[in-house]
Amino acid sequence: MNFEYTEEQTLLRNTLSRYFADAYDFEARRKMTGSDAGRDAGVWTAMAEELGILGAAFSEEQGGLGGGALENMLIMEEFGKALAVEPYLSTVVVAGGFLKRSKSAAAEGMIEQLISGEAIVAFAYAEPTGRYDLAAVKTEAKASGGGYTISGQKSVVAGAPWATHFVVTAKTAKGVAAFLVEAGAKGISMRSYPTVDGGTAAEVQFDNVSVGADALLTAEDGIAEIELVVDEATVAACAEAVGCLHQLHAQTMEYAKERKQFGRAIADFQVLQHRMVDMFMEVEQAVSMTLMATLKLGEDAKARAAAVSLAKAKVGHACKFVGENAIQIHGGMGMTDELAVGHYFKRATILEGLFGSIDHHLARYEKLSF
Amino acid sequence: MNLDFTPEQIAFREEVRAFIAENYPDSLKSKLADSEELGKEDYLAWHRILAKKGWVAPGWPKEYGGPGWSTVERFIFADECAKADTMMILPFGINMVGPVIYTFGTPEQKARFLPRILSGDDWWCQGYSEPGAGSDLASLRTKAERQGDHYIVNGQKTWTTLAQHADWGFFLVRTDPDAKMQEGISFLLIDMKSPGITVRPIITLGGEHEVNEVFLDNVKVPVENRIFHENKGWTCAKFLLAHERTGIAGVARSKRGIEKLKQIAKTEQANDRPLIEDPFFRRKIAELEMDLTALEYTELRVLANEQAGKGPGPESSLLKIKGTEVQQRITELVLEAVGHYGAPYFRGFPQDGDNIYPIGPDYAHQAAPRYFNMRKTSIYGGSNEIQRNIIAKMVLGL
Repeated sequence: MNFEYTEEQTLLRNTLSRYFADAYDFEARRKMTGSDAGRDAGVWTAMAEELGILGAAFSEEQGGLGGGALENMLIMEEFGKALAVEPYLSTVVVAGGFLKRSKSAAAEGMIEQLISGEAIVAFAYAEPTGRYDLAAVKTEAKASGGGYTISGQKSVVAGAPWATHFVVTAKTAKGVAAFLVEAGAKGISMRSYPTVDGGTAAEVQFDNVSVGADALLTAEDGIAEIELVVDEATVAACAEAVGCLHQLHAQTMEYAKERKQFGRAIADFQVLQHRMVDMFMEVEQAVSMTLMATLKLGEDAKARAAAVSLAKAKVGHACKFVGENAIQIHGGMGMTDELAVGHYFKRATILEGLFGSIDHHLARYEKLSF
Repeated sequence: MNLDFTPEQIAFREEVRAFIAENYPDSLKSKLADSEELGKEDYLAWHRILAKKGWVAPGWPKEYGGPGWSTVERFIFADECAKADTMMILPFGINMVGPVIYTFGTPEQKARFLPRILSGDDWWCQGYSEPGAGSDLASLRTKAERQGDHYIVNGQKTWTTLAQHADWGFFLVRTDPDAKMQEGISFLLIDMKSPGITVRPIITLGGEHEVNEVFLDNVKVPVENRIFHENKGWTCAKFLLAHERTGIAGVARSKRGIEKLKQIAKTEQANDRPLIEDPFFRRKIAELEMDLTALEYTELRVLANEQAGKGPGPESSLLKIKGTEVQQRITELVLEAVGHYGAPYFRGFPQDGDNIYPIGPDYAHQAAPRYFNMRKTSIYGGSNEIQRNIIAKMVLGL
């Protein structure tokens, strides 16, 4: 057993961490997320061109650096630490995840565009009534003229206004499949809005959107492939949460050592010490579970899904416990918009529900493990 | 001992219900339903209607303008208001400074301030917390120096709720810097329009402007605006905090909150079935109801004690801790229930007329901001950690 990172992985982490420390501090982020666009497009370009990290998780044959899930984990963890809103999760982890496995001729060129930063992909999978069930899809893809016509509504599509493409899940004659659709295609309309965690999302309406046969990223009955890619994305979301959790804990300890009440630092009070110890234990277990699930992504579907759900439920619990206590220990200051801690709490809260709540994953784990 | 309501109490409930049905303004109903931001007049509209009826201050003695209700009647009134989703009556005048004034004030102070608190003509805010003195209230540093028939007040207060609308504030200030912590504090009423007062907004997690910083720079306050003796303000402060904590339990509102949660869970779908049929989610609502019922009967016992002339004492800390935990838990479960639609952020939104379709269900719009905002309840009014210290010391004698 070996939990060491390779030299390349350590280098990747340090490069990104340094970049965020320089270019993406809390004030810079506030400016980006507060702007009309909701981000600074230069950050994405820098990631592609200066840092060259958008290809970290693709094989060398595909033009990447030869990494995979572990690289995604490292990158997402740094995203969590910096509260970065850039669409790495939907573009590289989700779209990249489908494209890597796709036999479509179009896929190769598309991966190139992802790595170079030209293409940004948003993942349109959630629907108004589907909740966390990936198969509960009402959006339809009807076969027509050798291709498909897609119609339906997708909810809370993160990063949609920035996207050049969408990965859309839709029902075919055989089952649920995933399609790659250009954002400018005729029949797509969206209504965009900010999200509570500083992100940008949209309701996206697909109205008889015509795509060719090569838009199909999975089998027509592709739920197994969708579950695999969403499991990868779920673990990546866990990794982002781990980054957030580290910050929530570190900032809380720092504050508790400085803040004085009743003539001494509040960190001197045993009740708060024990609380911070409990937070620490939650963070450490979240780290372990994320690592475990990342390493098990390659196992058979059942073992993989059980590992991912276990991790997501555990990490979700950590988000709630660590986040709520970080605010509580910060007292009134934790309630202000001015301090970073509240923004980490908000992101952790959204990550807690992303790709399934604690309950959803507990239920899935139960089903798979008894 | 008997848990049933008497025929008189049942008739009283009917009377309250009918009054609310006939008099609660429609404009407020729609504003609250649309989660619109409320202005000063919105906050005061229901207050004024209740004031006219003589019902705005259920806890006040009759001689000062209270309705003369028993604790059970007060409980019924709160229950009916919650069921009808009426606006909360802001506590700063009615529940906080009012009782301090009629308990410790001079006849002149009572005559001057109490009627205007009842009528809603004066909007009050609370100047307790300071940047260095939150839960450790006694370490406050805002000082008031006596100069003839005035105090000159200098310092800074924080977390001052809705001070942007306030006409008057009640402040704890240090009048004897040499005395021990609690000994040198006085309780002053300060006209918020006095020269030297600056109110600066603090924006909170949910994006609201609910609290403020208040700066006091050589503010001149007449000595006649001091309640009780100089350097004995801590007595008033403690009295007020005990009253504040009873109100904080919020049982009636939480009951209504759970009802709404159940409605949401009936509407939301999970795996093609209503969420309410999900055994996990049901169990969580059931547990929450248990906690709320335990809180409710504990509150009734505390109220009964109070009726018998004892209290509210340190047991109100229990109500504060458990009440705020239940309130927070309700907002957690609502956020959980709405799934993806908890994420959109709706402030000032939308007006541009380009609605293709609304974003998510109405009840989801405030789910996340409310969850974030309600984290404050275990912090304010003396944090829940401090309340546990109070119980440890005052109740358990540890």
